[in-house]
Amino acid sequence: MLQVIANRLLVAVPTLILVSMLIFGLQKLLPGDPVLAMAGEDQDAQVIATLRAKYHLDEPVPVQYALWVRDVAHGDLGTSLRTDVPVTTLIAQKLPVTLQLAVMAMLFALGIGIPAGIVSAAYRGTALDYGANVFALSGMSIPNFWLGIMLIFLVSVRWHLLPSSGYVSPIDDFWLSIKTMLMPAFVLGAALGAQLMRHTRSAMLSVLSADYIRTARAKGLLRGRVIVRHAFRNALIPIVTVLALLFGELLAGAVLTEQVFTIPGFGKLVVDAVFNRDYAVVQGVVLVTALSFIVVNLAADVLYILLNPRLRRS
Amino acid sequence: MRTLMIAAALMTGVLATTGAMAQTPAQTLRIGLQEDVGSLDPARSAQVVDRIVFASLCNALVDIGPDLKFVPMLATSWTTSADGKTLTFKLRQGVKFQDGEPFNAAAVKANLDRYRTLPASNRKSELASVDHVDVVDPYTVAIVLKAPDAALLATLSDRAGMMLAPNTLADPAGVATHPVCSGPYKFVQRVQNDRIVLEKFDGYWDAAHYPIQRVIFQPIPDSTVRLANLRSGSLDMLERLAPSDVNTVKQDPNLRFVSVSGLGFYDVTFNVGNGPRGNTPLKDKRVREAFELAIDRDAINHVIGAGIFTPANQALPRSSPYYDAALPFTHRDVAKAKALLKAAGHEHLDIELTFGNSTVSSQVAQMLQAMLAEAGINLKLRPTDYAAALNAAHNGDFEALFTGWSGRVDPDGNLHQFNTCAGNLNYGHYCNAKVDRLLNDARTKPDVAARKPLYDAAVKLLADEDPIVYLYAQPWPFALSKKVQGFTPYPDGLIRLRGVSVKG
Repeated sequence: MLQVIANRLLVAVPTLILVSMLIFGLQKLLPGDPVLAMAGEDQDAQVIATLRAKYHLDEPVPVQYALWVRDVAHGDLGTSLRTDVPVTTLIAQKLPVTLQLAVMAMLFALGIGIPAGIVSAAYRGTALDYGANVFALSGMSIPNFWLGIMLIFLVSVRWHLLPSSGYVSPIDDFWLSIKTMLMPAFVLGAALGAQLMRHTRSAMLSVLSADYIRTARAKGLLRGRVIVRHAFRNALIPIVTVLALLFGELLAGAVLTEQVFTIPGFGKLVVDAVFNRDYAVVQGVVLVTALSFIVVNLAADVLYILLNPRLRRS
Repeated sequence: MRTLMIAAALMTGVLATTGAMAQTPAQTLRIGLQEDVGSLDPARSAQVVDRIVFASLCNALVDIGPDLKFVPMLATSWTTSADGKTLTFKLRQGVKFQDGEPFNAAAVKANLDRYRTLPASNRKSELASVDHVDVVDPYTVAIVLKAPDAALLATLSDRAGMMLAPNTLADPAGVATHPVCSGPYKFVQRVQNDRIVLEKFDGYWDAAHYPIQRVIFQPIPDSTVRLANLRSGSLDMLERLAPSDVNTVKQDPNLRFVSVSGLGFYDVTFNVGNGPRGNTPLKDKRVREAFELAIDRDAINHVIGAGIFTPANQALPRSSPYYDAALPFTHRDVAKAKALLKAAGHEHLDIELTFGNSTVSSQVAQMLQAMLAEAGINLKLRPTDYAAALNAAHNGDFEALFTGWSGRVDPDGNLHQFNTCAGNLNYGHYCNAKVDRLLNDARTKPDVAARKPLYDAAVKLLADEDPIVYLYAQPWPFALSKKVQGFTPYPDGLIRLRGVSVKG
């Protein structure tokens, strides 16, 4: 297993370099100049020149990239062009927020998707199955932002049940923090849960039709036990794969969800940064995101091995 | 469906265990802002929204009243020398900064010198006319100018006149992350994109008039979500209500709608000489006039603006003493527009309109497109994001540009940099020696009586030449919970909390 982890980590380095180069290049292709955005309404020529020199924006792009890499190697992700705050500080501020959202959304997704998938596979062709499928289809087709705004109107404006937006740290007020995050996590988790349900259902169906399941049933094992112990465990491998891939979608979905619920997380940070051409922030956020994606996929690989003893030998 | 019910049960479960939503203590005012604040250092600040926070955090030397007249703030009185080159301020005594430092003439000098010399100061050009600052006595300061500058007092009522505690000036990063001023509220905390928290400064010289103890500014860019927060009680007031929501707020028994016509404007700027794209039929004055004749400003106001987009025919706001009330409005006249186009040698014309995309700007652009089509002008719309539009404006990569300006108290701020040949914001590169002369002269004259004729002449000339077609004055629509009392909107859009309280 260590071999697998070591190999994966080795591959991660060129991946990160490639991602950072790609983002650096793509950002420069965007029309718009961060310095003009920073110079504000007055657009003082002198200020513009000073800022350009200060942030090396007057250098050729490869030089700018090299300077950035040099700083990153020293643990310095640069400072936000717009607010003069170090990017590492921003990331440290925002990462826990998005992590909380992601974890809670994942819990919703797992809590909804997996039981629903198992139930609909086990009761294939019944009302339960159709019901779960309708849910899955609506979960996937209802846009995140729309569901978010509708929930705000119902739950917060009409019923005054939950805070409509914002963020409270769990350290300051644990329950209020959970409550504030409940709606956004549900919105984000519902779409993922729907996808997860579909994948769980199809994985379960293919396992349930396998010979050993019939044998297990023929031996007189209880149906529930067969489904959970025998079928589900084998269906888990494709589900873990999907989960790791869904993590990417989770991060992308967080961008929209954070906008709608004004959650000061990674998504909001990166959107604001892109609009302001705050290169250093975009670059830093993308780097950390890519890194976490790699880590999650590595975790999935490790999970395969734990779940499937056959892989341990190869 | 069953899963949905499980989710619902989960939600209600959490609610039941935690009880009712936590209430914020009384006399906390939560204000929803349209965008996140940029730098909290007045020297570096570059956005209108920053000034809304500064209005509670910092004091400037002077302030403006709702009628745009200057009123004492940190300076109690001021005089201009006969040659117009020295501006002397008498300072308020007994004022303290939020860290306990005393406010005096030395502090004023330290601040003004910093604004004038800090390398990336956005205040440098505003204070360009200042030669040096003299401390006359502990409570008298004289600003000596290179040449008379009529706009300086207005400049000092804004960020360039805001005083920071002198001990904090040495560290520019410190100013941006923890500004220490002399205003009624002191800085507590900022979480970027989330909130800025201020708390009442008990040592404030006018503290008795500020009943609110805590102010929380929350940037919520989506106007629908911002309003939902107000309606759900998570906010007490918000700025820049979307025009499409004006009626919703008016009909809500718990809310109050307050609006004021601002100092700024929205306009269409024509590229008449900035780079190769400046070489279009728009160089011909008749074509620009035809463009204006095809526009119905009242329709824009009613259809998109819900009645708050006060039609504008000049750069100056109606609240300004310099507003030229005699200047006639160009009303929609399609036949005349067609005739002018024909005289200029065009039956049909393609013009590209560039604009920073937002709900309102794209509505305005589409309406312009429809109106101009009737006059034979085919408007091609080119929406971009704000930063790209700004870039296009600078580089002359546009034919017509729908843009706006937040406005300044002094008429110079709304006219000079847009219309003089070398102006920073003269995106279309319109250049007219007469306009330059009038606007430069008006800068040096001492008072309204002497300056108004010059601005009248310039405004007339510009209205005739049409390098910029003004559409409507920037509105400042606020929505407030009925619990908020004593709020008066100012044309500069700032939220001044003197006398404002939250009941119940």
